[in-house]
Amino acid sequence: MKFLDEYRDPETARRYVQAIHRCVTRPWTLMEVCGGQTHAIVRHGLDRLLPEEVTLLHGPGCPVCVTPVERIDQAVHLAGNPEVILCSFGDMLRVPGSCRDLLEARAAGGDVRVVYSPLDALALARRHPDRQVVFFAVGFETTAPANALAVAMARRQGLDNFSILVSHVLVPPAIEALLASPRNRVQGFLAAGHVCTIMGTREYEPLARRHRVPFVVTGFEPLDLLQGILMCLHQLEEGRFEVENQYSRSVAAEGNPQARRLLEEVFEVVPRRWRGLGEIPASGLGLRADWGEFDATSRFGLDDRPREDAGECRAGEVLSGVLSPVDCPAFGGRCTPETPLGAPMVSGEGACAAYHRYRRLEEAT
Amino acid sequence: MNLDFSSNCPLPMEGGRVRLAHGGGGRAMQNLLEKLFFPAFPGPTTGLRHDASILEVSGSRLAFTTDSYVVHPYFFPGGDIGSLAVHGTINDLAVAGARPLYLSCGFILEEGLPLEDLRRIVDSMAHAADEAGVAVVTGDTKVVDRGKGDGIYLNTAGVGLVEPGVCWHPGQVRPGDAVLVSGDLGRHGMAIMACREGLELETRLESDSAPLWGLVEALIREGLTIRCLRDLTRGGLTSALVEIAEAAGVRITLDEGAVPVSEEVRGACELLGLDPLAVANEGRLVAFVAPEDASRALEQMREHPAGKGAAWIGQVESGPGFGVAVRTCLGTLRPLDMLNGEQLPRIC
Repeated sequence: MKFLDEYRDPETARRYVQAIHRCVTRPWTLMEVCGGQTHAIVRHGLDRLLPEEVTLLHGPGCPVCVTPVERIDQAVHLAGNPEVILCSFGDMLRVPGSCRDLLEARAAGGDVRVVYSPLDALALARRHPDRQVVFFAVGFETTAPANALAVAMARRQGLDNFSILVSHVLVPPAIEALLASPRNRVQGFLAAGHVCTIMGTREYEPLARRHRVPFVVTGFEPLDLLQGILMCLHQLEEGRFEVENQYSRSVAAEGNPQARRLLEEVFEVVPRRWRGLGEIPASGLGLRADWGEFDATSRFGLDDRPREDAGECRAGEVLSGVLSPVDCPAFGGRCTPETPLGAPMVSGEGACAAYHRYRRLEEAT
Repeated sequence: MNLDFSSNCPLPMEGGRVRLAHGGGGRAMQNLLEKLFFPAFPGPTTGLRHDASILEVSGSRLAFTTDSYVVHPYFFPGGDIGSLAVHGTINDLAVAGARPLYLSCGFILEEGLPLEDLRRIVDSMAHAADEAGVAVVTGDTKVVDRGKGDGIYLNTAGVGLVEPGVCWHPGQVRPGDAVLVSGDLGRHGMAIMACREGLELETRLESDSAPLWGLVEALIREGLTIRCLRDLTRGGLTSALVEIAEAAGVRITLDEGAVPVSEEVRGACELLGLDPLAVANEGRLVAFVAPEDASRALEQMREHPAGKGAAWIGQVESGPGFGVAVRTCLGTLRPLDMLNGEQLPRIC
């Protein structure tokens, strides 16, 4: 299949792996930021092809995992409102809130619908003028422009029954927080290609300079990841700490100017709580006051007080690369995709889910 | 490393509710069967665990099966709920090695269903039954209040006669056996997903819904050593293989490059973040065949219209342990496991 097979070519992969083995002279610890990259690495077994000197840590780039528990609770609460059609990306449905998840809310009678785009939710709002349609707007910089567009279109179309429950988060402040932590072990980053497609590469330059760590903006296919790892290792071995772009077929230095303008118009940077990581200053996006009418939190008067995660999930340590999923005492025993203790075990991008899905039977195979 | 994976997952009876995952063909459904249904219906047969029960009656072996159909929308590209109900039940009999003979059909209709739609569905059932040489011989009709059904639900039960000498089940599967599939995977699930509200994918995908008895009969006539057949429905190839590997206590290794998936299905799955191996099919089977007969079985399948896309996708290996793994195009091994419920499209 075009645009896929060429990025999974076994012969080219073998050459990258050889180059990585030749390049490495000492131990290095890299982090891939995005959960999509984590899944690709574990799914294709790329980490198994690397020399033992290279350690990959999995980063916080799983939007489902970092959505704070009070937001899930708000979504569950909205789903219980008979007036509301709650629309969400599929991944969010299994994430545990403080007492239930959205699948359970649906089983209890809530009108919860899986959509693939906020524009599908907008179409539902047009078709159901007698209902309130709320879109659960989670995600990083990648998904934010489409949500901004949906809100802008709702205003243009005069839709007063559409709103969004916003839980957008930003990558650079999270990386800053990780690097500032005394427990940080990361020496180089594979930045998330999709986020940079929107935002460009420039916002990583001050981070690279200040913390003297290399960044390689990297894609999601096996060859992208192997090449990104190789580029990052070259920088480390040569003592460089620059922002390089492996994913140039999608990412331009200035990102997508149109999408960024739209983001700027609709959203503003706000402090945000990250599940497992706590509040990170200036790390989220919220609707600007001028767009406040589309904010589901105020429209429905939702309780917005922070809630603490009960239970023994150590998501924060997993999300910051301190704890490998398989080293968590609950992994695979008390915590499974059927009985998750935390979001990283249920999300399509969660590191725990990746290890459970792709490494669980390794002893048997 | 913690590798204690005893899937000791309790079924929350007190205060718990049925979720869609309980009908999704994955772990949650397995759990419901094992914790609730099997203990309640210990019965003389093993049929609850297989596609059909084999019943000895006056020296004959009858295969008996039932299935319900709640597909939405009830007309979909490549078929409708009527033909699907006939094919699904015939296929459950066929993979037990039974010639399908008679079907029953229960109609649960929602008040307000257009009679014209009902007529089309019934005609389609009749046509599918004719084509497969089975007769619908008994039935039932109920109507529920508007809003209490999705237009139409169907239940079909089927009876077939097991061919002499056929005794296929997972217990027969042994190391060395070849694993064949009868065609490309994931068409039914993706065709349905593409036409559902909220996921407006533009594809020309059609369901693979088709009767499989003709194909199975051809394999029987050829006198091949077949160990086990399974039709691939919810949960796709993955669920079928995991169930068989667990029941037989073997390891199954697939070659990723050999598993047939059409460009359209693969593209839609890549876009939505779904695994085509876990997507539903309605006209495909997986066959475990003795190694010496594998090539002939493959040829035989490919000569039949229902098996022209057949492929040899892997083999059974000896332990230690059991499970299913895929050898990726990069040469690494990736385990396959049953999903916990339905596959959900990802965020980005």
